[in-house]
Amino acid sequence: MTELHEHLFRREAGRLVATLTRIFGVENLALAEDVVQDAFCRALEVWPFRGVPDNPSAWLMATAKHRALDVLRRERTARTLAPELARALEPAEPLFTEDAIRDDQLRMMLSCCHPGLSEAAQVALMLHILCGFSVDEVAGAFVSTHAGVEKRLSRAKHVLAQSQRLFEIADPADFAARLPAVQRALYLLFNEGYHGASPEAAVRAELCREALRLTGLLLEHSVATTPATYALAALMCLHAARLPARLDAAGHLSVLAEQDRSRWDPELMAEGQRLLELSASGPELSEYHLEAAIAAVHASAPRLEDTNWAHIVWLYDTLLAVRPSPVVALNRAIAVAQRDGPERGLEAIAAIADRKRLDGYPFYHAALGELELRRGKNDAARRHFGAALALARNAMERQFLEQRMEACDAGKADLAWHPGPSCR
Amino acid sequence: MSQFVYLYRSTNEASRAAMGSPEQLQKSMQAWMAWMKRLADQGHIKDQGHPLERTGKLVKGTQRTITDGPYAESKDVIGGYTLIEAKDLAEAAELSKGCPILEGGGVVEVRPVLQTGM
Repeated sequence: MTELHEHLFRREAGRLVATLTRIFGVENLALAEDVVQDAFCRALEVWPFRGVPDNPSAWLMATAKHRALDVLRRERTARTLAPELARALEPAEPLFTEDAIRDDQLRMMLSCCHPGLSEAAQVALMLHILCGFSVDEVAGAFVSTHAGVEKRLSRAKHVLAQSQRLFEIADPADFAARLPAVQRALYLLFNEGYHGASPEAAVRAELCREALRLTGLLLEHSVATTPATYALAALMCLHAARLPARLDAAGHLSVLAEQDRSRWDPELMAEGQRLLELSASGPELSEYHLEAAIAAVHASAPRLEDTNWAHIVWLYDTLLAVRPSPVVALNRAIAVAQRDGPERGLEAIAAIADRKRLDGYPFYHAALGELELRRGKNDAARRHFGAALALARNAMERQFLEQRMEACDAGKADLAWHPGPSCR
Repeated sequence: MSQFVYLYRSTNEASRAAMGSPEQLQKSMQAWMAWMKRLADQGHIKDQGHPLERTGKLVKGTQRTITDGPYAESKDVIGGYTLIEAKDLAEAAELSKGCPILEGGGVVEVRPVLQTGM
């Protein structure tokens, strides 16, 4: 009997909704979602008796197609759908080829990144429509309330519906104009997974995986495979490779310095390097290039003390020029501390222009604490870690910071962390 | 060994609500597969049975009136059946406790097949 592929229904939900929305029109997104729900219900009724079909994906698409045809026949006599649409669906086969479905997912991805939506809404919408996350699952991923996410999604869907049609991918100029928003949304999605607020490591790992999968969809389209897309994919792979080592054997957050580097995923590392090379095919130097390059420097050091910190500081300087952000500046200061010692690092932090914006970021206070600890100012260090602890977003972070406070009492500094992707 | 029929009953609303998100559906599906497999491995399945469409016709009375059926809204509908072998009714009922339909507000009706010709 065919095995049920992991996350089959999540993956299929995105494919089916994207394709049906193209057929029904974007204003009928809810209808598309309904038809998918029907197809899923049917699977749950039939598969337990007959087993998982040989090609579950094709089974679900065929079931949804029949249901869609039923709906269209019924609606044609009613009103909502244009008659030519129903006619177009009669010889339905060409509408459901693998190529068409792939294009539909890309159209939907670009549509979700509508300029009328905030970045947070774009990310939520992609997770919901293309990754099959329910309202509750999106809320869990971003540690927000069901009501809040529901409101955000329904507003976003409204904006989407008003756009009349799905994003047209055939026009290279339009495509190029929208692509950066998609890259950014995917980056934010990955970032939320890498060190987001959700206390569930499994939830965050799923976000990273979905970001990688959607970026993979971009890579399947020649129009989307720009150097920046390759760089984005590279940075995700290089960071994702370190995920298995980010939690130690006891499930505690493990900083870069303490990570067992043998647990870094060699396949993802190699894939990241390959993508990074592909990203170097033109003059473009995006923020993703720089972040991927930083991740690659870390990846190429067999031990922490082998890290080329001078190179990392230089990359952060360049990144700051491309995308100025206090978090990037903080990461740069930490690299400076690694290169030149804690005093220089603290000076670099003091020199961050919009340092105030970091006040609510727990790892800003943790960085101050760490550098104070390293230069023997245990009391100051303890205060900073206390401030970080008050801002901690989940049990894992709290436990980590409590350990650092204990280290202050023992006067033991051993931390050199690099928090992953930089822009929040 | 005696034979029993499991009738899987639930309302349309309940089964849809219980399905939840795609990831929850994934879990329900896995639970169904695992439960069916366990029964089969233990030799309790005489016939895996079939799922049933939720709609059909009711033919009634001496007038042979045909109406849409099977039932009015929000009543239990039989979604499928399986033929089971068990020692006795108590064992058949006990075995049905693992059925995932119960998680979603559904019901398993356990009915002995009438033994004839004895």
